[in-house]
Amino acid sequence: MDPIIIEGTPKTPSVKFDSKQGLIEIKGRSIPENSIEFYKPLVDWLEQYAAEPAQKTNVNINLEYFNTSSSKCILDIFKKLEAIYKAKNEVIVNWHYEEDDEDMLEAGEDYESIIRIPFKMIEVED
Amino acid sequence: MSFNLQESFNKMNEGDVLLAYKGSITTELITNVLEVIESKLDDINTVSAVKKKVYNVLVESLQNLFHHIDDIPDEIQEEFDARFGVLVISKEPDGYRISTGNFIRTSKVQQLKEKIDKINTLTREELKDMYKFVLNHQKLSAKGGGGLGLIDIAKKTGNKMEYEFHNYNEEFYFFHLDVFISELKN
Repeated sequence: MDPIIIEGTPKTPSVKFDSKQGLIEIKGRSIPENSIEFYKPLVDWLEQYAAEPAQKTNVNINLEYFNTSSSKCILDIFKKLEAIYKAKNEVIVNWHYEEDDEDMLEAGEDYESIIRIPFKMIEVED
Repeated sequence: MSFNLQESFNKMNEGDVLLAYKGSITTELITNVLEVIESKLDDINTVSAVKKKVYNVLVESLQNLFHHIDDIPDEIQEEFDARFGVLVISKEPDGYRISTGNFIRTSKVQQLKEKIDKINTLTREELKDMYKFVLNHQKLSAKGGGGLGLIDIAKKTGNKMEYEFHNYNEEFYFFHLDVFISELKN
């Protein structure tokens, strides 16, 4: 499977999906007006990846800002990962938040309560 | 005509205005406004946590405008741009105010009013539950709106939203929404 590598823009995050390494990484800002356009290829990639995932999938979410439109797409990403986890593969979500950003921590906790995969909350310095 | 848009815009502009805009609400406009406000918040040394809240709430406010703007009344189409909206961001002694305004069809007024009234009665915990429920159960619209914007604004600010509906003509109202981000909060 070809990896996905996308550079970040002021409104969309940088993305690195690599099946060989079992690495799923989304970083930066996700505030596009229409998030489906951006996330659809990512969700489709994961659908394919789910058929033959790495033994361990490391998911790094490190977002500075995301809007409510993106929040649904991010949930779709997590739902694909949940399916991989339920099929008895190791999946760990590393949810990064800046130390003073309680909203971002809470957003991670919200996902954690909806999706049944282990989350690790990682505080990063501003 | 009982409602005067210019007068209303002037009134919004009282106080310490960081940015005021009236015109077409486009993707490019949103990008530019966010960039300007981000650098202004840095200039006035806003505490990082507050800055993030203002930015987040501004994103949702602008995108609410973008997704929900109705066409404008025929008789003022020459006077105003398509997708017309107004936006004022101002600094007050204890926080930041984001005011937006747009035309809305009379048929949608009641539903929107009920939605805001409902959100305004909810506690923080209830808002959190509602957010999670809508996040998990409601599909994104084709335009990418998720019905979460107002809930998110209420949740992040912890303040009640203030609104006014000004009757413009039989078909249209002008909807004015004010959200406030407090600076001192523990």
